[in-house]
Amino acid sequence: MILDKRMSADDVVAQLSDGMTIGIGGWATRRKPMALVRAILRSDVKDLTVVSYGGPDVGMLCAAGKVKKLVFAFVSLDHYPLEPHFRAARQSGAIEVLELDEGMFHWGLRAAAMHLPFLPTRVGIGTDIITQKGFTFKTVTSPYDDGEELIAMPALNLDVALIHAQRSDQKGNLLVTSPDPFFDELFTRAAPKVYASVEQVVSTADLDIEANARFALVERARITGVVEAPFGAHPTSANPEYHLDLKHLKTYVDSAASPEAWADYRKTFIDVSDADYLAAVGGAETLRALPRPVY
Amino acid sequence: MTEATLADLVILACAQAWRHDGELMATGIGPLPRLGSALAKTLYNPALQTTDGEYLYGDEPVPPGKRTGPIVYEGVANYERVFAALWGGRRHSMVGPVQFDRFGQANISVIGSHDKPKSAMLGARGFPGNSIVHPNSFFFPSHNKRAFVEGEVDFVCMAGYNPARYMNGKAPAGLDLRVIVTNLCVMDFGGPDHQVRVVSLHPGVTFDEVQDNTGFPLARIADAIPATPVPTDEQLAVIARLDPNNVRATIFKDNPPAQRAA
Repeated sequence: MILDKRMSADDVVAQLSDGMTIGIGGWATRRKPMALVRAILRSDVKDLTVVSYGGPDVGMLCAAGKVKKLVFAFVSLDHYPLEPHFRAARQSGAIEVLELDEGMFHWGLRAAAMHLPFLPTRVGIGTDIITQKGFTFKTVTSPYDDGEELIAMPALNLDVALIHAQRSDQKGNLLVTSPDPFFDELFTRAAPKVYASVEQVVSTADLDIEANARFALVERARITGVVEAPFGAHPTSANPEYHLDLKHLKTYVDSAASPEAWADYRKTFIDVSDADYLAAVGGAETLRALPRPVY
Repeated sequence: MTEATLADLVILACAQAWRHDGELMATGIGPLPRLGSALAKTLYNPALQTTDGEYLYGDEPVPPGKRTGPIVYEGVANYERVFAALWGGRRHSMVGPVQFDRFGQANISVIGSHDKPKSAMLGARGFPGNSIVHPNSFFFPSHNKRAFVEGEVDFVCMAGYNPARYMNGKAPAGLDLRVIVTNLCVMDFGGPDHQVRVVSLHPGVTFDEVQDNTGFPLARIADAIPATPVPTDEQLAVIARLDPNNVRATIFKDNPPAQRAA
C-alpha cells in the first residue's frame, strides 16, 4: 500500500476534540497555518488550550471564542504591534493565560520534544513570569559543585501541532523554504499528531531533497497529515513565495471595531470556501505580487 | 549648515551606549535606538553586528523604512540563532518599555492586573531572558510619570536591581542595565545602590523638570549636570546618510530642534 497522508482541512478539524492543547507554528505574522485555523473557526470545537508565538491565529481563535487558555510570550501583528482581538479577550478576562518569555517557550517545546519533564533555565528570575497566578514555577538545584538554583521550565506537551510549509510529498516529507524556520521542528516533536498545510503537494522526486536538504524540516514519521492549501498562510507570509498582506491585515484589525465588523469579516473571509477566500483577498496573482514589507 | 533636531541629539546619545562594546549584536528597537546602533557602528565601533530587523545581519547598517539601494548582508539572525547568541551574552539591546521603575524593572505586558488587564499589550516577549543574560539600555520618547512610575511596574517583564526579587539574595549574574535615553535627558544606574542618576540634560532642560516628570527620586552625576552633546555637522551628515527616508523626523511632535526655544 502506498503511504498517502493527504487530507482536507476539514479532515484535520475532525481529528480535534474539545479541550485539546494545540500548538501552532510560525511566528506572529509569518508562516501561520491560517487555512487550518479558519477551518477550526468554522467548526464547533471549543475550550482549546492554544500554544503559539502568536499572531492573527491567536486573535481569530479568541474572536471566535475557541480559546480556554493561551500559552504565549507575545501576540502581535508586527506592523500593528497590538493584536486587537487578543487584547479584547484579555481585557474582558475571557481567557486563562500562561505568559512566558520567548526563550522559555522554546525551552518548553524542546523539553516536550526530548520527552523530558522540564529543562532548567535562569530565565524568569527577577520577573513576574514566575509569580503569575495559574501556574507555580518550581526550581531545581544543580547537583554539581556550582549548586545553582534554576527555574524548571515545564515541557509544553501538545495534543496536536499545526504548521505551514511550502512543499510536501504525499508521504509527509516537508520543505520549509522560508529563511527562518522558527521553532516549527520543535512543534512537530512536541505533539503526537501533526498536521501541515502546504502550498503544494508534489512528487517525492520533485522535492529534490538532495538540493534542498537544509529546507527539510523534520523526518516524515512526525507528520500525521498534509493538506494542500495554496496561500494557506495568508494573510501571514510564506516567503519567498508570498509576503505579508498588509492591506488585508488592516481589514482584519478593523474587524475588531465591533461585533458587527467581526461578523462581516467572518462572512467574507472565514465562512467561505477556499476558492471564495482567494477571490475575496484579490486572487492568486495579487498575492504573488505583494511587496516585501520592511521590519 | 543644518540645525540638529532633538531626534538627531537622541540618536547621538543612543550611539554612546554601544561605543565600547566590542564585537556583539547591537539591537535597537524603534527607529531612534536602531539609528543609534547604526551610528555607533559607523563612528565608533565597526565590530558591531546590526540586523535588518528581520533575519539578516547587514554588512553596513540597514536603514529604517523602505530600502533605498542594494544591501550587502553578512550573516543570519533567525530566531533560533538570536536566542543562542543572546544566551551567551554577546548582545546589547536598547528597548522602549511602556513602564519603568526605580529598580530598572520594565513592563510591556499589561497595565492593571494580569488576570483581567485594563490594557493588554504585547506580552513579555524576550524581556525576561534578555534582562539577565546581556546588557540592556532604554529609550523613552515621552519622559513622564506614566512611563517612570512611582511604585513597581504593573508586571515585571525585565528584572531590575531589586533585591526583593533576587533568588537566594544574589543578583542574576547577567543583570547589566546601562543607559536610559529620553526626550529630556540621559540617565544611568550609577547612583548609590544602582539608583537611577541623571548624567546629562538635553539643552534647555533642567534637573527639576526631569525630576517632576519621574515617579521616583533621581540622583545626579554632579551639582552641575552637563548638557547632552549636540551632534556636529559631520555627525549630522552621517546620521542623514544612515536615515535616507528621514524616519527620525516622525518620532517627536513637530520634530523640534535639539536646542529648545527659550
